[in-house]
Order: sequence, then structure tokens, then C-alpha cells
Amino acid sequence: MTEHPRELRYTIEHEWVRVEDDGTATIGVTFFAQDQLGDVVYVVLPAVGSTVQKDSKMGEIESVKSVSDLFVPVSGEVIETNQDVIDHPERVNEDPHGAGWMVRVRMSDPSEVDGLLTNEQYDSAIAT
Amino acid sequence: MTMEAASTQRTHQSLWDVARPGRSGIRLPESDVPAQAMPEASLLRDELRLPEVSELDVVRHFTRLSQMNFAVDTNFYPLGSCTMKYNPKINDVVASQAGFSGIHPLQPEETVQGALELMHRLQEDLQAVTGMPASSLAPLAGAHGELAGVLMIKAYHDARGESDRKVMLIPDSAHGTNPASAAMGGFEVVSVPSDEMGRVDLAAVEAACDDRLAGLMITIPNTLGLFNPYIARVCELVHGAGGLVYGDGANMNALLGRARPYDLGFDVVHLNLHKTMSTPHGGGGPGAGPVCVGERLEPYLPSPVVERVDADGGARYRFATPTQSIGAMSAGHGNFGVLVRAYTYLRALGADGLRQASGDAVLNANYLRRKLEHVYRVAVDRTCMHEVVFSCRPQRDKGVKALDISKRMIDYGVHPPTMYFPLIVDEALMVEPTETESKETLDAFIAVMEAIAREVEESPDVLLEAPHFTPVGRLDEARAARQPDLRWQAP
Amino acid sequence: MTDPFPHSYLPHTEAERQEMLAVIGVGSVDELFADIPDAFRNPALSLPPALTELELFREIGGLAKRNAVPGDYPCFVGGGVYRHFIPSVVGAMISRGEFLTSYTPYQPEVSQGTLQATYEYQSMISEITGMEAANAGMYDGASSLAEAALMACRVTGRHSVIVHDTVNPRYRAVVDTYLLPQGVEIATCAPGSEAFSDATACVLAQYPDYYGVVRDLTPLADRAHEAGALLAVSADPVALGMFRAPGDMGADIVTGETQPIGVNMSFGGPYVGYFACKMAYIRQMPGRIAGRTVDHEGRIGYALTLQTREQHIRRERATSNICTSEALIATGTAVALAALGPGGLRQMAELSYQKAHYAASEIGALDGYEVIDNGAWFNEFVVRCPLMGSQMNASLWRRGIIGGIDVGEAVENGLLLSVTEMNTREEIDALVGALREIAEGGAR
Repeated sequence: MTEHPRELRYTIEHEWVRVEDDGTATIGVTFFAQDQLGDVVYVVLPAVGSTVQKDSKMGEIESVKSVSDLFVPVSGEVIETNQDVIDHPERVNEDPHGAGWMVRVRMSDPSEVDGLLTNEQYDSAIAT
Repeated sequence: MTMEAASTQRTHQSLWDVARPGRSGIRLPESDVPAQAMPEASLLRDELRLPEVSELDVVRHFTRLSQMNFAVDTNFYPLGSCTMKYNPKINDVVASQAGFSGIHPLQPEETVQGALELMHRLQEDLQAVTGMPASSLAPLAGAHGELAGVLMIKAYHDARGESDRKVMLIPDSAHGTNPASAAMGGFEVVSVPSDEMGRVDLAAVEAACDDRLAGLMITIPNTLGLFNPYIARVCELVHGAGGLVYGDGANMNALLGRARPYDLGFDVVHLNLHKTMSTPHGGGGPGAGPVCVGERLEPYLPSPVVERVDADGGARYRFATPTQSIGAMSAGHGNFGVLVRAYTYLRALGADGLRQASGDAVLNANYLRRKLEHVYRVAVDRTCMHEVVFSCRPQRDKGVKALDISKRMIDYGVHPPTMYFPLIVDEALMVEPTETESKETLDAFIAVMEAIAREVEESPDVLLEAPHFTPVGRLDEARAARQPDLRWQAP
Repeated sequence: MTDPFPHSYLPHTEAERQEMLAVIGVGSVDELFADIPDAFRNPALSLPPALTELELFREIGGLAKRNAVPGDYPCFVGGGVYRHFIPSVVGAMISRGEFLTSYTPYQPEVSQGTLQATYEYQSMISEITGMEAANAGMYDGASSLAEAALMACRVTGRHSVIVHDTVNPRYRAVVDTYLLPQGVEIATCAPGSEAFSDATACVLAQYPDYYGVVRDLTPLADRAHEAGALLAVSADPVALGMFRAPGDMGADIVTGETQPIGVNMSFGGPYVGYFACKMAYIRQMPGRIAGRTVDHEGRIGYALTLQTREQHIRRERATSNICTSEALIATGTAVALAALGPGGLRQMAELSYQKAHYAASEIGALDGYEVIDNGAWFNEFVVRCPLMGSQMNASLWRRGIIGGIDVGEAVENGLLLSVTEMNTREEIDALVGALREIAEGGAR
């Protein structure tokens, strides 16, 4: 039984990626990550229009007593950020793989997705 | 009508709830000089919305607030790494004398010779305790002393044309102020792992020993409450690579009269006078963080230092700036009121008393360790110094966290220990009993901890909902951070 | 090993020590220190002999008596530290053991007193400065101003600051100590001649300035904002009892020293630096912050908040290394502000203004003295004297008067004098008489 949907791809840094029908990538943090963090209270996201490199820092996520870097799993241009999550960080806890999404990226190299973890690989990675 | 509704002093009343327009808590005299022209109106403010309360309102309000605090004067307060020992009352009485509390920092030096002499004596006494040849009382707190220390290390390397020394080694068990201070000094922080006894990894230090090494910041005894027998070797390694060693003196209460940082090889150490020298912590300050240094760093001490000049008329004291000083840390000369208290404490104990204090502090911590090791896991099973770190990992496996155990301690009238520090221990509870607590208090604390351990087995819910008898229960800290309410606003 | 030292701070009897050692399983206290290598263990400490409480009063009280206390002598020294009236309730409240001997409110359920007092302090500081938020307190006014400059660098991503030459030189020294090692460039200029560039993070101004002058800060704020820079102000909180709040004139960060409100001068400390800013910058603010929230039953309560900015969480990436908040002193200021209220604070400011202007007009009428006129001012002013400021102070002290501050670096033979409501007309007239005598008789 996993909390991590099969249709998403994952990183060891606990981000998920969903490739949309239009080829863009939606990115958020995993159920496991938000569960470990506890109540998310603040999210810093990159500027729309900025170019991001795979595995570079794109923002921060804060709980009451922790702060973690957010890494971007795929390279490209940030085309949208989730204002609802900025205004209501609790969305990350309520619906990490849905309403709690963070950024949308137009990928410069869609093949990068193939190198990301499947939900099974991610589950076994966090089990250790 | 419920009792709460009938109470004349409601628990959650703010200053603004008791305010009424037209009241005042003070009356000042009328002007005794001929009226002077006021400045033009465009420079003046029209609105000042401060609460208007009577003098008794002020006293009742703040007295009621005070009663919601745990304090050393009211409760056992074994907060690890904070040295919550008894704060002798004479210290406050002495510091409150007009000759100390009422003098201006910029008065001519000839009018404040008593204050300067006290500072000079304190410098000498702190040098005796640390073994260091020089000191400055300028830093206003422990972290301020750390900043002074890293700035001195930077100035030392710069003066030797070695400005490329940018790396500051800091063990992963360090207080957060260490890396934050190093960053403010412009250094790159490199974290060094600790072994299972909290000792800095010698091989990791050795590996970092190159011509980019600026220094090492390390706490003695370490944050697991243990004295590293190889600490002098660590200092030698760093010196061998051209670096300097910073000693975080937060735990110096264990070493008074037992070991001196200078002898161990340290170049600079700060003392938290509010911890080691027993000045009151005041709900989070004021403290004082004097720095004591070896020969290498003496020219770089922050200003001012107090000098004694022997002239024919006897000794005179004056402020001086060391030749290559890193500069001023504050607009004043240090937290003088705290310095007076610390000096009074030192004079009350003397060398034998300080040595007995560290002995009893270590005795108490080890007594708690042995009495509680059958119910809580000791992080490192060996003789500790002034504090003992427990891991509540076994309790966590039963669904009760270190946090829950801490909150339950409140119900028994004990201030919780430091939780979740050092970071290298899972579910850590860091207990520092201090030397001023009696055996009866320690035995009562042991009984409380045993009772809580039984509750973990028998009725864990009572812990998860604790504390039960405080004015407020566990607070919604997520709400406080998501929707910051940081000041009163008119409804 | 010397015999145990019986002391009123150390409760154990020797029998109890032995009992505890037996539990631990060692033969002596010294054995507990076995990890310290022999070569370093048990150094002899060269300290003076211990004193009893009675002897401490004699010995250290004797040092106190060797200082000349303002009030016993007329005193006109200011320069950022002022002798204002402290209501009796302040000492009574902050000497309560529950405030005095508690520590940082890490456990909010047993620290509501400190936390609510901090919240109320933050509220009143926000109000008098005209800002949206304030923190729980910094070390002092000078370090608070330095931290404001560092915060402006973080907010703007720029690394150059402009400092007015009318900022307290002792504050300026601390700004240098904090900023230069981090590679921040500092330019100094007179108010009105700021050379803003696209590298300017902020301008640091003082209000009233070091020489007492009060300027409308609005034009400066406008020019700073046009250049994408912030305006950070250091302000005397008593002056804010009558003069416009910096926040009202466009300041982005307001800092200062609360010492004038409820804090003993204590030869320079402990004080508390206040720090207030616009809400938009709150996550770049240094220091501790208390916030109001609710508990699980919906009861109002207070807790430390926005802690991810701080060193215990963010470590080397924290907004500052500061850990303390000078909480006791901040509580004292909160008690004093509550007692003063809006009327008391305004009256304190106006009395200081009135008496200082009376003193200036009397001194300005003396032969050999000139009061420097730079427009509107509060309670401090510069007098050009017939002799150097240090010589004037020496002559005044021979007449039993603690004079002012030598500001010869700014005005030839300049002496900076400060007057508050604590100075009686008799004291002012005595100062005027002494100055007349000195001008007539030379430096005797």
C-alpha cells in the first residue's frame, strides 16, 4: 500500500513530477515529505519566467521548526507557480500530490523524466 | 455564572483590555522653565495609541503575567546547556546601587574610577579561570562573543596576509550560533562529523587541515556533556595547519577550577556570564559574553579593554583600544550591570568555591544519570560532566515523543530539559541539574521521571495531552507562523 | 584535594556527597573528572579569597561609592544614553523572580508571562515607531542599526550602504565592525547629499541626529525608494513622544535604543535595541519574535514564531547569529511605556524639549559661546565654546558639574549638551553660571 501514485515520477529529494498532456511538468513535494515535515507554514518558489537547471535549488519549504531546500527535478522555464500554496501552505499537507502542487515547468529536455524514480523505486528508497 | 466568567482578573487579558482613555500610570512635574517656542507643527505627531492604564493596573497586569512563568526561583529548571543555577540575590542588590546603576557611560573617566576598577578586576579573574593572558568584556552575549571571536580570527589571518583562509570547521553537534557567527565573519562553514561519544572526528579534522583552514569552533565540554580527552591533540592539529581554535564556553560550568582552555590549546574562549557566573537569565537576556584570548589574538580584542596605570598618586584605570582591534561591539563598554553581578558571584565563591561548584554540578549530573539509566536510555553510557543527555527513542517506539515527556514534566512542576539537542541524538532530552540543587530536589525529580516512564507504559494518552494545569495548553504554532499576529491592533 | 567548601549557594552536606558518589560508583568527586588528562587537571586558580555576603557589600559597595552619580551632580551628558525618569513600577516588576530567573520561552505553556510581555512590548514599539511589526529585541541600539543594514542587504540583494555623518559615531563604529568583514561597502555623507546607485541597499539615518537635529525624513525616504534602496532609521524613542514617527515618513526599518524609556544608564548596559520594520520584510528580520495564537481549546496564547529565520534552525544561513532578546530589559521598557501611556511619554518629551531649549537660549546669550543652529532640534545641542570640549568638561567637573560630550571632530571647540526632565532649572542655571565663569576666567 503506497501513498505515492503510480502516474507520478519521484526524486530522492522528495519531489514529484507529473507530465501533463501539453508536455509541461508539474512539480510538488511527496506525501512522505510533508508527513515528515509536519505542518507546512511557508513556501518560497522561483519567479515565473526564470530558467531552472535540473537538481538545482528552486525554493524553500518551512515547517514550524525546520527549513528544507526544494530542488527542481527537470530543467526548463518556470511558467506558473501555485499562488494558492503560497497563500495557504497547508495545502501541501492536505493534498500534496494535487492542490498542493508548486511549480509548472516547460521542459527543455523531456527525456530527463525518464531518469526519475518510479513510485515503487521511491517507496523502497524511503523505506531504508 | 462560571468561575472563569466571575473572575475579576481574566487569564488572557491584555494591557489593552484593561486600558481606559484618560487614565495614567504616572504624573510628571510641571515645567520649571519659561515656556519655549514649539517646533513647527509639520514635524510633530498627532497620534500615539499607547494603552492608558492606572499604576495599579500596571502592577496587577505584569504581576499576573509573571505568575505564568516557571523560573529558577519557583521551579527546578534543568534546561541543558543553559546552566539554570540559583542567582544569588546579593548580585542584584549590589548592581542596583546608584553608584553602578545610575552612572552614564560617557562620563569623564575620573568620575567613574570605581566602575573601571571593577571591570579591570573582573578581566583579571576571568583570565585566571580560563588561563588566558588577555580579555575584553565588550561582547553583550554568548553569540556576540562568538562573533568577536571569529572576527579576531579573521583579523589575525588578514594581518598575516593569509586572507584565503576561509574555512571554519564546526562539529555537527554544535550550537546553531557557531555556524551563524562564522557566517557573519565571512567564513565558509564546513561541518565535521562527531563519533558516537560526540567527539569531533580526528580524521575529518586532519583531512581539512590545509592552507584554507581558518580555524575550528568547538564546545568544551561537548554538547553531549562529555569531556574529550583528545581535545589538546585536536588543537595541535589545527595549529599545525595554521588555524586557530575557538572555544565555545557555554559549558564552562563543568570546568571551573578543573581545567583551563588556555592549557588545552585554545586561542579564544567566550564565557556566558549568565550561565557560568550565575547572573539572572531574565526570560532570555541580558547576558554577557566576554572573550578571553591567548597571545596570538590579544592585539585584535574588541574595544574597549580596561587598563590599569600605576602613577604616583596610586592606581588609575582607563579604557583602551587594542592595537589592531576588530572594533566596537556595542555603543557602550559591555553589559556593565551583568558584569557587576558576575564579579560579585566570583568574589563570593573564590577559587575553592568555584571548584566545589563544578564538582557538585558534575556530581549531580552523574547521580541523575545513574538513577535514571534504567528507565531512560543514556545517549552515551559513561561518566558525564555537568549535564547528561538521554534519548527517548525507546519511548518513541511506544508512541510517546521526547516532546510529550517534556510537556508531562510541566504537570509535575518541573521545567522541561532542552529537547531535541544535540541534533546527533534521536529524541534527545538534555538535563543539566546544576550544583545549586539539593539531593532532595534531585530525588524528587527522579521520582517524577520514573512516574512518567510508568505512564508511558500504562496511560500514554495522559502524556500526549499534557500539560494539563497551565493557563494554556499546547499552542497552534503552525497558525502562529502561517498568519503572523505580532502586535496588538485596534479591533 | 582541598576540603569541600561549605557555601550558602551549595546545598550538599559531605554525607550527601558520599552517598551520591556511592550511587555513581566512584570514590571521589575528582574521579568524575578523569577524562581531563592529568597534565591539565586541577590547575591552581589565582583568585582573591572568597567573601561573605556582609563583606561583599563592603568591598564592592566601596567601588560603587567611588563613582560620581548623575543627580548627585548636575549632568548634561547624552549621546544616545539619557537620564529620564523611571517609574517605580519598573523595578518592582522586573525584579520579580518569575521574570528575572526564567529563560528563553522555549516551553510556551510555562512562559506565557515572558511571551505576552514580549508581544505587548512589540506592539508598543510598533506603535511609537509607526511600523507594522517589531521583534523581541536586539543587544543595543548600535548593533540593532548594524543588523538593519545587513537586513537591507538581504532584502535588496545589494551590498553597499550609505551612512549619514550625523549618525552617532559609536553606532557607526559598530556598523563598521559588523558590515566590513562581510564585504559590504560603506559610504559616508551629510544628510541631503546621498549618492544613490543601483548597488545601494539602504541609507542609515538618525532621528533626531547625533547633534540633536530633527529633519523631515520624507524626502530622503522618497529618494531612497526611487533608487530601489531602503531607509533605515535609528530613533530616540522619547523624541517619538512628540515628533512624527519615522514609519509615518516612509522609513522601512526603524531601530534604536529603548534605554531612555525605563532603563537604568548602568554605565552603558544592559539595554535593549529595538527593531521594527514593514511586514513585507518580516522574514528577513533578525532576532526573536513572539506571536499570538490559540491553543487546542481555542484559548489565546503566545509563542515564539517565524523561528526558521533563526540560528538554531537555519544555522549558517540564519538572518543573524543573535540568540538573546534582552527580554528582561524589554519587559522593563514595556512596563515603563504602560505606566507612561501616551500622555506621559509626550510630557516627558516636551519637558526635555522645553528645558533643553531654555538651557540653549541662556548659554547662547553668554559671551564666548555660540549655539550651533541647524534647524529644529529636540533635547540635545552643540555649543561652540571658548576652549576644547575636553577642557570644558574638566573645568566643569572642578565645579561639580558633569558636562557634555566633546564633539571637536565636527565643530571646533564643540560640546554636545543634553537636557532632560530630570535636570532642574537650578541645575541648568548652575551650568550657565559655570560656563560664564570659565569664559571669564579661562581654564581653571
